[in-house]
Amino acid sequence: MQTIEAGKIEELREFIATILKSDYGDSNLISVLHKTQELFGYLPREVMDEIAQRMSLPTAHIWGVATFYHYFNLTAPGKYVISICLGTACYVKGAAEILTVIEQELGIKVGETTEDKLFSLQPARCLGACGLAPVVMINDKIYGDLTTVKIKKLIMDFRKSEQHK
Amino acid sequence: MAYDTIITFCDGTRCMHTQGRALQAVLEQELERCQIKDRVKITLSGCLGMCDKGPIMVVNPGYTIYGNLQESDIPEIVAEHIVKGNPVSRLVIQEDHLYNRFFRIFGDAKFFGKQMRIALRNCGIIDPENIDDYLALNGYEALAKVLTEMSPTEVIAEVKKSGLRGRGGAGFPTGLKWQFTAEQEGPDKFVICNADEGDPGAFMDRSAIEGDPHTVLEGMAIAGYAIGAKKGVIYIRAEYPLAIDRLYKAINQARKYNLLGDNILEAGFDFDIEIRLGAGAFVCGEETALIHSIQGARGMPRPRPPYPSVSGLFGKPTLINNVETWANIPVIMLDGAEWFSTIGTEKSKGTKVFALAGKVVNTGLVEVPMGTTLRQIVYDIGGGIPGNKKLKAIQTGGPSGGCLPEDYLDTPVDYESLAAAGSIMGSGGMIVIDEASCMVDIAKFFLEFTQNESCGKCTPCREGTKRMYEILERITAGEGRDGDIEKLERLGNMIKKSSLCGLGQSAPNPVLSTIKNFREEYEEHIREKKCRAGVCKELIGYSVNDNCIGCGACKKACPVGAITGKTKSKHEIDAEKCIKCGMCIATCKFDAIIKA
Ligand SMILES: Cc1cc2nc3c(=O)[nH]c(=O)nc-3n(C[C@H](O)[C@H](O)[C@H](O)COP(=O)(O)O)c2cc1C
Ligand code: FES
Repeated sequence: MQTIEAGKIEELREFIATILKSDYGDSNLISVLHKTQELFGYLPREVMDEIAQRMSLPTAHIWGVATFYHYFNLTAPGKYVISICLGTACYVKGAAEILTVIEQELGIKVGETTEDKLFSLQPARCLGACGLAPVVMINDKIYGDLTTVKIKKLIMDFRKSEQHK
Repeated sequence: MAYDTIITFCDGTRCMHTQGRALQAVLEQELERCQIKDRVKITLSGCLGMCDKGPIMVVNPGYTIYGNLQESDIPEIVAEHIVKGNPVSRLVIQEDHLYNRFFRIFGDAKFFGKQMRIALRNCGIIDPENIDDYLALNGYEALAKVLTEMSPTEVIAEVKKSGLRGRGGAGFPTGLKWQFTAEQEGPDKFVICNADEGDPGAFMDRSAIEGDPHTVLEGMAIAGYAIGAKKGVIYIRAEYPLAIDRLYKAINQARKYNLLGDNILEAGFDFDIEIRLGAGAFVCGEETALIHSIQGARGMPRPRPPYPSVSGLFGKPTLINNVETWANIPVIMLDGAEWFSTIGTEKSKGTKVFALAGKVVNTGLVEVPMGTTLRQIVYDIGGGIPGNKKLKAIQTGGPSGGCLPEDYLDTPVDYESLAAAGSIMGSGGMIVIDEASCMVDIAKFFLEFTQNESCGKCTPCREGTKRMYEILERITAGEGRDGDIEKLERLGNMIKKSSLCGLGQSAPNPVLSTIKNFREEYEEHIREKKCRAGVCKELIGYSVNDNCIGCGACKKACPVGAITGKTKSKHEIDAEKCIKCGMCIATCKFDAIIKA
């Protein structure tokens, strides 16, 4: 477990211990996975083993649950996570073209991370900003009323700000 | 010190984006400068539903709505309105008069003119993070009334009499569902709020919770009393962090006020609510899948019966309703089933919230009485289609729904009429589509979603939707064959009949409804290899026309270097290299690039 920080593991253990004490406590696997992702940014395989032990569940079951839900990442995400909204309103307003440009610019497909670990590209379904369609969310910030030109510039700006650091 | 003025900023995604926060800071400075800071309370509200006019600010008393605000407008508003009491009419959003009693609080705006707000009655009015605001507007009075004056049987009778039907999509009579769950024996029962909101183009439930979380809690507590449950669970998508946060705050405040917890209002009734997060799976909106998900498993549906009302969460009788359904309950209890049932049509009572979006001028949440026509929603409330484009279709019901063409504009929105027209009411997504969209592509878009979200348990849905998707891919790639349309229809009908859960049973709807209403577009794709909207990339090519002055802007913009040409002479596009991303069209100032 080289990359897994002990402090975070400890926090997770406490979380599990508390939650197991509540009514129907052992049904809280998904909450535990959320907590894990909050701590580590994704669900590291070793941590799944840890959860399996603490919750007396087979790792295979945990793996099954983790892979069923789109929200959980099984690999570490990039520094900037670009969530492109592929909801209906955005689609009708040209999200597909925005996506083509992002894929072209970053050289990755949806669900992947760039080699320099700077960008990840994820699909999202309606970010609740349909009035601004088409939109992307980069980390926690919404960028709306996009055009192919604007998104290209946006990505360039992020790249530039990284080079200056 | 008492306040004499309350200023509310819309805190919806759109308004925040359009610098709502900066305005708030300027306002605070300005109030400070005029030394009237103590007189004015500043609050935030959930989405007011006027997203295209953001940022929005409401001044009370007087219910004046300001829109399209800039920082420079603030000093004028403070000086004229707050200090002298004269609203700055230039900035006020003011149109037709409103007719409903709930509107008193919304001010005069045409956007609200045909609307009627019951489920969203408090959204945008109260501070959702402050229970006192909710209490001030009759909050929890319905719960108090029910606990002190009504027996559980009377509560259920009242819900039945109101004619309320589930707002989550299926439209099942709510009172009946309550009755079935109440009839089950045993002390352990559950009440669940379905806030999974799976439709990928809709945000009604999210805004309802963000704007007024307490009404959902109150509705659930009333149901707990009526059916004999002590525990409630809200299942909400993890993608809604703000809504989740507000629910936690609301639950804690309600506990403090003894409106949740043990011996509520000293009436001997115990009820508490827990929050469980979803994790991004559309099928988890389906009630049996949702229950599996709460139990910590993969969200796979199971055959019904037994229905959750008999065997639900942890095998106990469980009542599941949608967020909007819950939001109606306190109003029905306070204002009475009789009043409620005067709104709407014969079989669909009350109002429905829609998330209006797509190619329409005003996007945002609208709540209208059942029976309002699509035309009224899109044109009177939505303001029509921007840019003189022509309406092509209205999509309701998201991936389970259908696309209705212009001829159906006078269809009233109620469960039966929309179903008869070939779509469904659904949970409230309403997307306006204009000529720029290709209907085959739209059908493919929805099917891509459903086949991706199919949980894989039953074969018709898992394999069938994939095969349908492949056929659509072929058609949009210009490789359609004669007989493809018939094959889609046959497959679609079979999947509808033989799938295990509502996902598969409704997945073919977008395809079948577009075939029914836009068959000629399918035929064009197959026979003439033509996409009239210029969307299907394989069927179009980009070329440069004589408008080109050779400025070179497109050449620079092209990400793949497909454009060549000398400065000041007409450029050319290499069709082999072109990826049809549209970048050149967006860049060109001379309309010199065309797709055909
Ligand atoms: C695939 C699928 C997705 C669904 N998604 C939702 C949803 O996101 N929200 C919701 O309230 N109901 C959803 N439903 C309907 C629920 O199964 C259930 O009918 C509803 O929550 C009952 O509440 P109501 O009677 O108040 O509408 C979905 C159903 C299916 C088949
Ligand atoms: S569809 Fe993209 S924000 Fe709603």
